[in-house]
Amino acid sequence: MIEIKDLHKSYAMGQNALHVLKGINFTVQEGEMVAIMGSSGSGKSTLLNILGMLDVADSGSYTLDNNPIKNLDETKAAIYRNKFLGFVFQSFNLISYKTALENVILPLYYQKVGRKERQERAQKYLEHVGLGPWASHHPNELSGGQKQRVAIARALVSEPKVILADEPTGALDTNTSYELMELLQAINDQGITLLIVTHEEDIARMCKRIVHLRDGVIVEDKKVRQVKAKRDVE
Amino acid sequence: MWSRDRWREMFLTLRKNKLRTALSGFTVAMGIFIFVLLFGFGNGLKNAFEEFFLDDSTNTIWLYPGQTEKPFRGFKAKRRIIFKNNDLTDIEQNFPFFIDYITPRISRGALVKHGKESNNYTVRAVAPGHQYAEKTIVTKGRYINESDVNDKTKYATIGRLVERDLFGTKTALGNHIDIGGISFKVIGVFKDEGGDNEERLIYIPYTTRQRIEKSNDRIDQIILAFRPELGYAGAMSLEKKLNTFMRKKHNIAPNDRRGIFVRNVAADLKQSQQFASVLQIIVTFVGLGTLLAGIIGISNIMVFVVKERTKELGIRKAIGATPKAVVGMILHESIFITALSGYVGLLTGVGVLALIGDSLEEFFIINPYIGTNTAVGATMILILFGAIAGYIPARRAAKIKPIIALRDE
Repeated sequence: MIEIKDLHKSYAMGQNALHVLKGINFTVQEGEMVAIMGSSGSGKSTLLNILGMLDVADSGSYTLDNNPIKNLDETKAAIYRNKFLGFVFQSFNLISYKTALENVILPLYYQKVGRKERQERAQKYLEHVGLGPWASHHPNELSGGQKQRVAIARALVSEPKVILADEPTGALDTNTSYELMELLQAINDQGITLLIVTHEEDIARMCKRIVHLRDGVIVEDKKVRQVKAKRDVE
Repeated sequence: MWSRDRWREMFLTLRKNKLRTALSGFTVAMGIFIFVLLFGFGNGLKNAFEEFFLDDSTNTIWLYPGQTEKPFRGFKAKRRIIFKNNDLTDIEQNFPFFIDYITPRISRGALVKHGKESNNYTVRAVAPGHQYAEKTIVTKGRYINESDVNDKTKYATIGRLVERDLFGTKTALGNHIDIGGISFKVIGVFKDEGGDNEERLIYIPYTTRQRIEKSNDRIDQIILAFRPELGYAGAMSLEKKLNTFMRKKHNIAPNDRRGIFVRNVAADLKQSQQFASVLQIIVTFVGLGTLLAGIIGISNIMVFVVKERTKELGIRKAIGATPKAVVGMILHESIFITALSGYVGLLTGVGVLALIGDSLEEFFIINPYIGTNTAVGATMILILFGAIAGYIPARRAAKIKPIIALRDE
């Protein structure tokens, strides 16, 4: 599903270049649920942004679902993002003046899906994340956990192959975090590949594989026995 | 491109961001409104100006007798110059190819009575040519004619308001009025675009006036019209020749400034036309200035709007909006707002101008208006610049990587 080879990325910090990713080699199979761990500054968010085509690598190759991701202009990147990927951010990134339903509809709007179908599908996914009755609420009327669920519904609605989550539980308390992970696990069980950036050990344990990053290189990559969130909460 | 979905999305965005929408709309509407108003006032000023000068014929030269201030050819100074009937015939004979018509004017105030109604009016004793010099419009009956002058008839052509004052709603035509104790028959009623004062006049044959005043042959002033084909230069040279001719005939020193006065409407007109074009230039500058202020206003708002939406645009891009979609959305919104509010501003401005109408006549603003082309053109320019002002920041926003836009708080 995802294959990256010898990925490098550096940022210009005034006079000096900050070398963030120093040659990452990394493959993800379909249906995996991978946690990317590391302390802050280890390059985990940068890696996720490059995978999400929100940022561009300096060198190295990246193949997504057998499509080489190379020399993308913004238009192509937008189309790929829309087709293959769903995003979940730490700060939710919902559009504040749109209702939950309208936020979920938006990716379909850019896919030029018909209006009726858009609404039905968006409503379906809102119900899927347990927010059916909250469809007409604005983000500021929802709790953090609910906002993140809306964001997940928005990521799911375009029926992507991969969902990229950047610290999805970073702004949530433990209970809410576990509820959210339960939802993500359920989604993964349906066959959607998940990449989750986190620095919390317990969240990482709920994935099927943990990749450790330190100073721009992968120091550890191991499969783990998945802890089911539901059992853990009880 | 202009699908229903895009309109729906745009209306949603505009509705949910009422303050922003209202602010940018207000800027544009205000800009156009002020532009229309100022431009209209400028035109009103020009109208007032033209009304002052264009009510009378513009191809006339007016001669007024004065009092000499210098002795000349044995005549003492301070001699009063008097024009007589032979001045008319002399001018006619000496300048036959230049003159269209010539008329004397003798003005006297008189108490005019009809039945129980009476009032004071100015009575002008004239020849038929006077009708053209003053652009008098006869609405009923006729003006004084040649045979009236020859026969010294007691006929009068009266102004519309004289008729209203003395006869009310009845017609004056064929009735007799008493002018300073002498009965005159009303043979015509006229109107004049020069305003109410010009419609409270009475015209009688100048010969009749001379007979009333002990059968003298004096005339107050001479109005003559030159042939229009003479042009400005011809009129100026005719004025000079006339002046010399009259000074010679009446023994007035060539450099005597008070013996005779000659007013050439052609020269006045040229001056006033120059003044009018200066006015026009000022009006245009004021208009352009207002428009520029409007453009700067809308540009500012658009830059601010895009800046404010950077994060939203980042989110949209992250979930699949292409740069084209982002730019299109912003352009669509900005053009829609400027077009709509520009139209509102335009209508309001034109409405206010219509409402003002002639109520500012005291301030020399008559019938302020704005040409459709000017108004629509100005609105178009504002829409165009609104679009450009939206496009530049929108393109920049569409170009930044979503990750940077998302970081924007």
